[in-house]
Amino acid sequence: MSKEKKKVDNKRTVDPAALEVLERNDGQIETAYDRYVQMQPQCNFGRTGVCCRICLQGPCRITKKASKGICGAHDYTIVARNLIRAINGGAGAHADHGRHIIYTLIEMLEGRTLDYNIEDPAKLRRVAQNIGLTVEGKEERELLKEVLEVAMSDFTKISDEPCRWLEATVTEGRMKKFTDCNIQPRSVHTTISETMGQTHMGVDADPVNLIFQGLKTALADYIGMHIATDLSDILFGTPKPVTSEANFGVIDPEMVNIVLHGHNPLLSEMVVRAAREMKAEAEAVGAKGIKCMGVCCTGNEVLMRQGVPLLTNFLSQELPIMTGAIDAMVVDVQCIMPGIRAVAECYHTRIITTLSHSKIPGSYHVEFTEDQAMEKAREIINLALEAYKERIPDRIDIPQMKHKVTAGFSTEAVLDIFAAVNPDNPIKVLTDAIDAGQLRGVVLLAGCNNLRVLHDQSHAAVIKGLAANDVFMVATGCVAGTAAKLGLMNDEAVEKYAGEGLKAFIHKLDEANAGKLNDKLPLVFHMGSCVDNSRAYDLNTLMANEWGIDTPKVPYAASAPEAMSEKAVSIGSWCVTLGMPTHVGVTPEITGSALVDGVVLQIAHDVYGGYFIWEEDPEKSVDVILAALDERTWKLRVHRQAQERYETATISAGW
Amino acid sequence: MTEESNTLDGVLAREWKESFEEIYEGAVDEENPPVKLFEKAYDGAVIATSYAEILLNQALRRYGPDHPVAYPDTGYYLPVIRALSGEAVTKLGELPPILNRMRNQVREELTFYNARLCGEATAYAAEIIEALRYLDGVRPHVEPWTGFLGDPVVRRYGILLVDWTIPGQAVIVGKAKSTEALAELVTKLQGMGFMIFLTYEVVEQAIEAGLKLGIDFIAFPTGNFTQVIHAVNYALRAGMAFGGIPPGERENTRDYQRRRVRAFVLQLGESDEVQVAAHFAAIFLGFPVILDHELPEDEQIPNWYVSHPNYDDMIQVAMEIRGIKLKIVDIPVPITVGPAFEGEVIRRGDMQIEFGGGRTPAFELVEMVGEDEIEDGKIEVIGPEIDDVEEGGALPLGIVCKVFGRKMQRDFEGVLERRFHYLINYGEGIWHMAQRDTIWMRISKDAAAKGFKIHHFGELLVAKLKDEFPSIVDRVQVTLYTDEEKVKEQLARAREIYAARDERLKGLTDEAVDVFYSCILCQSFAPNHCCVVTPERLGLCGAVSWLDAKATYEIDPTGPCRPIAKEGLIDEEKGIWESINEYVYLNTNRTIEECSMYSFMDRPMTSCGCFECIMAILPEANGVMITTREYPGDTPCGMTFSTLAGTVGGGIQTPGFMGHGRAYVLSRKFIRADGGLARLVWMPKELKEFLGDELRQRAEEEGLGADFVDKIADETVGITAEEILPFLEEKGHPALTMDPLM
Repeated sequence: MSKEKKKVDNKRTVDPAALEVLERNDGQIETAYDRYVQMQPQCNFGRTGVCCRICLQGPCRITKKASKGICGAHDYTIVARNLIRAINGGAGAHADHGRHIIYTLIEMLEGRTLDYNIEDPAKLRRVAQNIGLTVEGKEERELLKEVLEVAMSDFTKISDEPCRWLEATVTEGRMKKFTDCNIQPRSVHTTISETMGQTHMGVDADPVNLIFQGLKTALADYIGMHIATDLSDILFGTPKPVTSEANFGVIDPEMVNIVLHGHNPLLSEMVVRAAREMKAEAEAVGAKGIKCMGVCCTGNEVLMRQGVPLLTNFLSQELPIMTGAIDAMVVDVQCIMPGIRAVAECYHTRIITTLSHSKIPGSYHVEFTEDQAMEKAREIINLALEAYKERIPDRIDIPQMKHKVTAGFSTEAVLDIFAAVNPDNPIKVLTDAIDAGQLRGVVLLAGCNNLRVLHDQSHAAVIKGLAANDVFMVATGCVAGTAAKLGLMNDEAVEKYAGEGLKAFIHKLDEANAGKLNDKLPLVFHMGSCVDNSRAYDLNTLMANEWGIDTPKVPYAASAPEAMSEKAVSIGSWCVTLGMPTHVGVTPEITGSALVDGVVLQIAHDVYGGYFIWEEDPEKSVDVILAALDERTWKLRVHRQAQERYETATISAGW
Repeated sequence: MTEESNTLDGVLAREWKESFEEIYEGAVDEENPPVKLFEKAYDGAVIATSYAEILLNQALRRYGPDHPVAYPDTGYYLPVIRALSGEAVTKLGELPPILNRMRNQVREELTFYNARLCGEATAYAAEIIEALRYLDGVRPHVEPWTGFLGDPVVRRYGILLVDWTIPGQAVIVGKAKSTEALAELVTKLQGMGFMIFLTYEVVEQAIEAGLKLGIDFIAFPTGNFTQVIHAVNYALRAGMAFGGIPPGERENTRDYQRRRVRAFVLQLGESDEVQVAAHFAAIFLGFPVILDHELPEDEQIPNWYVSHPNYDDMIQVAMEIRGIKLKIVDIPVPITVGPAFEGEVIRRGDMQIEFGGGRTPAFELVEMVGEDEIEDGKIEVIGPEIDDVEEGGALPLGIVCKVFGRKMQRDFEGVLERRFHYLINYGEGIWHMAQRDTIWMRISKDAAAKGFKIHHFGELLVAKLKDEFPSIVDRVQVTLYTDEEKVKEQLARAREIYAARDERLKGLTDEAVDVFYSCILCQSFAPNHCCVVTPERLGLCGAVSWLDAKATYEIDPTGPCRPIAKEGLIDEEKGIWESINEYVYLNTNRTIEECSMYSFMDRPMTSCGCFECIMAILPEANGVMITTREYPGDTPCGMTFSTLAGTVGGGIQTPGFMGHGRAYVLSRKFIRADGGLARLVWMPKELKEFLGDELRQRAEEEGLGADFVDKIADETVGITAEEILPFLEEKGHPALTMDPLM
C-alpha cells in the first residue's frame, strides 16, 4: 500500500497579506505553514487523546489490542487526565499573567516602581464595590491595597470559602451549582497545584471526578483572568472606543517599526510610552519616527487602550519579519513561536525576549523589571534603532493591505453605548432586542489560529454567517485579529454583512450615540485580548440577571473556530461551566474516549447548562451556533408561556 | 446454602429470580452481541454513579450524615431503593454504603446481564441525585413540571395503572423531530388513556403545542436528566402499595413491574451515555425501549431495544412489544374520550354552555323499561341545541336514559346512573359534577368549536353503557330535554323514582340480606386482599356498594364480585361468620384466616391500597381518628395519610388501623363492635363538611345528640393528641368516658 503523504498546501491562509508574503517566499524561509506540511501525518493516538506519557513506563496508547494502559488506566482516564492537564496549562498561563500584574501593583504601592500609576480610579472603586469592600471615605491607595489583598487571597488561599471574584461576577444560580458539584476553587494557585497532583500517575482514575476537577481549574482560570483584566484596567485605563488600522499595510517603511507580541500589557504599555517619547532619537538614525504595532494579544491590549495598529494575529506572526521592514519584535509570554528567531536570522530584525521565564536561544534578552520599567523600554527601543540602521532596502516589500478598525469595547464601554438608548437600564437594550426577535442572540468569538484549518477562514466565515443572521458579536484574542485584518471590524462591514435586524440594532446605537463617539460602531465589538474574555462573560451575567434567569437559559454562545492553545481549552471549559454552548472549530484531543466526549458534548448540558460543540466545517459551524441560540430562545419563550399559563410566581429554573 | 434461603420466601425468591431472568433469554444474538450498546451503558453507569458520588459526598460535607433526606409526601422513603433493596433511607449518612454497593456492580465485562446491572446502578444513582435536590425542603420545580410525584398522585392513578384501566405508562424522553410530531404522539396516547411521563425537551414541545399537562391529565412533565427517575419511583411505589410486594424483594418487584405496570420508553432524538444506561434501567425492570433514530442491527436488542424511526406507528409498535391490547370503542363524537380527561376542569371563561349547578334545572335518570318501550340507539334532543344559546349561556337539561336488558334489574338503575359522572368526564372538554337532580355540567368552547352538541351526550352514553355493561344492557335510548317546561315535568317524575329507590335502600341492611359480596377486583395488583361488601359497608374504595357488587356479579358471574352466603355466625357483635372467614382465607392466598365486619380493633378487614380514608386508634383519647386521601397534613396519630397508607395497604391485617370508604362513617355498622360513632374524635374539616347533615342525623340516631359533630376535633383544633385533648375534655366528648379501647 502506498504511504504517499496527503498533499497539503503550505499556503494555508485566507488573509491576502499573509498569502502574498507566503507566495513571494515560496518556502525559501521556513515558517509554521511549511512545518505543518512536514508534520503530516500527525499521530492519531495523540490526536484522539489516548496517548499517556504521565509515567516513565509509557508512552502507552490505546489500541484494539491494548485496550488499557500498562497501569490499567482506561481510555477515559487517559483522555480525561490529558484534557485537564491542558486546562491546567491554560490556567497556569493566565495565572502567571494575573500574578505579574498583582505583583507590579504591590511594587507600585510600596514605592519600588515609579513608572506605573492608578490610571482609572473609577474602575478601582467599581471593582472594590463589586468584591464587597467598603469604598466610602477611602483614598485610592488604601482602597487599592484592600483590593490587592482580596486578589492575593483569591490567588493563593487554601480555605474553603468561595473566591470573591467569582461570587461577584456570576449569578447566584451558578454559585449554587458550583457548591453543589463541589467545584468551587479554593484559589487559583491551589487549584492548579491540586490538578497536577490529581493527574499524577496512580491518583485519580475516575473520569467524571477528573473532569469536575478540570472544570474547577477552569473556574480558577476565570478568576485569575477576571482579576488580571480588572487590575490592568485600573493600571492602564478601561478601554473606550478607539479607531485604528490593521494588517501589513500599517508597516511604514520610513519609520522604525517595533512589533509588540505576546500578552501582558505591563511591558507593551511601557514600550508604547517610551516610543512616543523617543521620536528625536529615531530621527537621529534617519527615520521619521517610531511606529509600534501589535501582534497576537499584546496587539489587542495596545489597540484597545492606545489605538496602536494591529499588524497580524497568531499564525502569521513570523511573516511580518519577511517584509524586511520590522526592526524589532518584542515579546513577553504565550503564543510566541520559537520559529520567529530563525526567520529573523535572514533579516536585520531583533527578536527581544523580556521575561525571565520566556526566552528563545539566539534572541536578545532584555530582562524587564518593574522597578526599571521605562528604562528597560528605552533600552529595547534603542535596540530597534540600532537595527534600523542595518535594514536592507532591496529586501523591503510590504503588502499594501490594511483596514479601518474600531475597537476598545470594554463591558463598561458597551454599557455606555447602550445607555444612550436606555440610561436607566442599559443592558435592557440588548435583552429587549433579543426578546423582540431583532437579534438572534449574542456570540462571543474567542480563540486562536490553528493550521488544521485554513488560517482565518473559519473566523471570517463564522463572523459573516452570524452577522447575516442577526447575531450580536463580541470578540477577543486572535478572532478579533482576523476581524480587524480582514475589514470585519468597522462600520463598513455593518453595511456589507449585517442582516436587517443586526443592522437596525447597530444603527439605532449609532444614532443614539451621535456626537459622543468619534466613529460609527463596528460589526464585531472588540473586547480585548484573550485574558479579557471575562468582559464578555460579564455581559452574559448582566443579561441573565436582567431576565431573572440563570445563564444556561440565555441565548449567548461562545465560539472558538480556530482554537489552538491550552488557554483556549481552559476558556472553553469555563464557558461551558458558566452555562454557555461553546463551539470549537478544531476537534480537541478528546475523541479517543466516547465517555469523555459524551460528557463534554451532552451530559455537561444536563449538569451545568453549557456544553461543547465540535464542528470543523465553517459553514456548518454557523448553523450549529445558530441552532444553539435558537434552542435557548425557543425554550425561554416556552418557559415564559408556561409561567403565564400556569400562573407560577417564577419562571422554570430548568434549562 | 444458608438456613434462611430454605424458607418459603427464600425458595420463592429464587424461583422468581430464575423465572424473571428467563425473560431475557435468547434476546441477544450470542454470535454478534451489541457490544457497543453495552459499552455505552457501562460508560453511562460510570458517569451516573460517579456524579452521584460527588454530589452525595459534597452534601455530606455540607449537611452532615444526620441530615434528613426525603421526597415530599411519601411514605416510601426513596422508593427506588426501598422497593429494590428495602433500605428505609431517612438520613444522608445512610446513602454511601448503598451507592457503593451499586458502584460495585458496574462491571467492565460487556454483557447483557452486566448492562442491566449498570441500568440498576444508574437508577439508584438517579434516585440519589434527585433526592439531594430536595435537601433544602424547597420544591425544585414550578408547574407544569412535576419533579417527584407524591403518594397522593400514586394513589389517585396507581390502581388504574396496575388494573389496566389506564392501559400503560409511556415514558417519553428527549426531543421529538418537531413539536407537531410530539403533539400527535401525546394526543394519540391520551386518547387511549395512557399515563404519560415526559422528560427533556418533549416537555417544552408539549407546552408549545398547548397539550393538556399535569397531574389532572395523567401527563407528568418530570423535568430533565435524572428527573426521569420519577417515572420509575412512581411505578415502583404502585408495586409496593397495591401489589403487596414487600420492600426489598428485588425479583418480585421486577416481576410485578413487568407483569402489571405496562410501561415502555420512547427515546426521541440521539441518546447520550447516561440515557443509554437509563434505558437499561428500564430493561432491568422489564420495560422495552423504542428509539426514533436509526441504529445498526448490532446496536439493537429485538423486543427490548428497538429502533423505529417512523412516528406514524411508533406507539403501535411500542404497544405490541409491550403486549398492550386495547379494546377501542368507537364513539361517534367529535372529541377525544379517555380517562386522561377525567380531572379536567372547565373554568367559566373557557365555557361555551352549562347546565344545572343551581343555575338551571337539571337531572339525570336511568330507567329500566320493557322490550317494547325502547328504540335502541335513538337519541333525541327536545328543546334548543347548543347553537341556539349564546356563548357562556345556560340551558336546563334532563337526561333520561332508558335501558332494556334481559338481565337488567331495577336495583341496577342507580348503579348505571352513577357511572354517568365518569363516562361524561372522560370526554375532552366536557365536565360533570354530582348526581341525580344536583348535576352540574359544562361544555368547553374548544369542544363546541370541534362540533360537540348536546346530542353527543347521548352518543357517549349509548356507546359506553353498552361497552361497560354488555351482559345487563341490551338496548339504550337517550332523551335529552332542554326545553324548560319539559325538563320540569320530567324532573318531577324523576324525583318520584329517586324517592322510591331511597325507600328501597333504607330497608337494605346487613340483616335483611342472605348474601354479602366479595370484591377481588384489586387482586390483580394486591393479591392478598379481599373486600367483603355488605349493604351497610361499601368497599373501602368508596366505589363499590353492595348493589354495585351485585350488578357486577350479574354482568360477569366469573368476575371479581361473588356472593358469599352468610352462614355459621360466630360473633354477631363483631360480625364474624364461618362462611366469610372461609371465603376470605381461600381468596387471600391463605394468609387471612379470620375477618370481622364490624371491628377495626380485632381482626379487621384488610386493605388493597385504594381506601378513601384510613382510621387509626388514638389511645390518648380512647377513640379513633380518620384521615382522608385529600388531606395532606399531619394528624393526631403522628402520621400523614401517606405514611399511614404504607402500613395499612397491601392486604395486611393491622389491628387499630383500617382503610375504608367515606360513606362508611354514616353506616349504622360503623365500627359497631368498638363503640361505633361515639369513638370518633378527629377528622379533617373537609370530611366533616362532606358528611354534613347526614352525620348529624346519624349522631342523633345513635343518641349522641346533633351537637356531637361539634365535639369531633379537626385540624383547626389541632394536629397532635396533646392539642386536641383539652378540646375533647371541654366539649365532653363521649369517647373519653367509654370503656377502654385497648
